[in-house]
Amino acid sequence: MSVIEVDAVSKSYPTPDGALDALEQVSLIARSGEFVSVIGPSGCGKSTLFNIIAGLEEPSAGCVRIDDVEVTDRRGRVAYMPQRDALLPWRNVLDNAVLATVVQRGDVRAARREAEALLGDFGLEGFGEALPATLSGGMRQRVALLRTVLWRRPIMLLDEPFGALDALTRAQLQQWLLGLWSRLDHTILMVTHDVDEALLLSDRVYVLTPRPGRVALELALDLPRPRTYNIIASAAFLRYKTHLLRALGQIM
Amino acid sequence: MIRKERLIRQYAVWHDASATWGGTLLRLARIVAPPLLLVAGLVLGWELLVGWLAIPGWLLPAPSRIVAAFVDSLPVLTGHVAATLRVTAIGFGLALVAGFGLAFLIDISPLLRRALYPLLVASQTVPIVAVAPLLVVGFGFGMLPKVLVVALVTFFPIVVNTVDGLQSADRDMTQLLRAMNAGYGQILRLLRIPAALPMIFTGVKIAITYSIIGAVLAEWIGASSGLGVYIARSLRAFRTDQVFVAAFVTSLLTIMLFASTSVLERWLVYWKGNHS
Ligand SMILES: Nc1ncnc2c1ncn2[C@@H]1O[C@H](COP(=O)(O)OP(=O)(O)OP(=O)(O)O)[C@@H](O)[C@H]1O
Ligand SMILES: [Mg+2]
Repeated sequence: MSVIEVDAVSKSYPTPDGALDALEQVSLIARSGEFVSVIGPSGCGKSTLFNIIAGLEEPSAGCVRIDDVEVTDRRGRVAYMPQRDALLPWRNVLDNAVLATVVQRGDVRAARREAEALLGDFGLEGFGEALPATLSGGMRQRVALLRTVLWRRPIMLLDEPFGALDALTRAQLQQWLLGLWSRLDHTILMVTHDVDEALLLSDRVYVLTPRPGRVALELALDLPRPRTYNIIASAAFLRYKTHLLRALGQIM
Repeated sequence: MIRKERLIRQYAVWHDASATWGGTLLRLARIVAPPLLLVAGLVLGWELLVGWLAIPGWLLPAPSRIVAAFVDSLPVLTGHVAATLRVTAIGFGLALVAGFGLAFLIDISPLLRRALYPLLVASQTVPIVAVAPLLVVGFGFGMLPKVLVVALVTFFPIVVNTVDGLQSADRDMTQLLRAMNAGYGQILRLLRIPAALPMIFTGVKIAITYSIIGAVLAEWIGASSGLGVYIARSLRAFRTDQVFVAAFVTSLLTIMLFASTSVLERWLVYWKGNHS
């Protein structure tokens, strides 16, 4: 069991001209094995929310629970993929992939063997010794994902995992993440500001308002699994899409 | 004319061939050849000018005479060079240890940063020609005052660049390591020190260009051997040609130290492959 629950979390930053409210009373939940997306306009506090869940920032109010245990301000409980890939340029692909094991002083050799075995699955065959600077954007993103998977936490936070990629690479990686998730049985919480991406991947979608971020809509998706890209043209998908876009205020 | 065109075309080829070994050599030649040719021209002009104007040797010796002086004093010179290098090495080693130590202290504590920074800056505003004799008076003609002079003129760029370099670590990478529950030491070792290396090397390269000059200056003020002593003796004997030899050797040693640091940098900062 690995349920993550965010309970009435607010966050305001002190600034020279008064408090800046980034999040206001945000509550959400991702149950065991669920794929949940958080979608919202730029600057509405999505990364802030993830930083709070990861224990990197203190909420001004509210708390975070994993399996009914409060973990507010505790780090190392969830695997986190930050918005940019954050690969260390001096470590090759394998060394980046096993970073969490290095930090946690685990068995790095075993982790490296494991990472090596997974290279093929992540489309990185033969690139184990390559430095990040020599990789394409899509490959770097996959290394960051591999690092997140090898973090070995049942809950993964993905902050716009495909944000910086071109549409084609993005579509490939979405498909590929779907496959990965169905094999691994993780609970995934993903930030995106792409409606199609949220609909394609998720069991449930939370829509946040512009700053300060509040939950404007929670939408459970009743779409068949396993999903492929074809689903984008289905009637149900389009209905959900209209719903989401309206909640985002992008159409009237 | 045709030759020139061919050279231009050749130049373009070298530009593209930078990935291969031959390309690297040619590129190196392209970097080294222009200053070398310029220096050769200047030296030739100098030689001719001294001959034509019959300038006395104690005022401005001809290059040929300097070369002769170099060959003549080679036996004594090696001993002096060895002494200078020893002082430089120990002094610079001290500067590295003290520089990194201070940098980490400053990094750990904002209070120490505020306390130490003004003092460090002040230490650089004191004229070294005033401090060096005082050190000799205080510590005698042994190794110590000279080592201290070298350390004093070289530690500052090391401290400043190390402090700034440690601050330059990427925010997202820091957040990632913190999310993994990494401690201060782990973040330092896994992220901040490697991230600081390019800037540290910048500081070390600046420092190392001062190191030999610092040692020579200290020896000039008071020592029994070293290039500074050799200069002092040559001046007293109006052997201007030997002074030129000493100047030449000093800059040669500095260039060699600088070049070895660059080589070390390329090896340690292997991920900054702007030279494919
Ligand atoms: N440390 C901080 N101090 C002050 N303000 C901050 C800080 N961190 C974030 N903010 C502000 O909080 C708001 C939310 O930022 P956040 O990065 O969470 O947005 P986001 O939803 O992830 O945006 P994007 O989609 O562009 O990544 C922004 O207005 C930002 O300027
Ligand atoms: Mg963000």
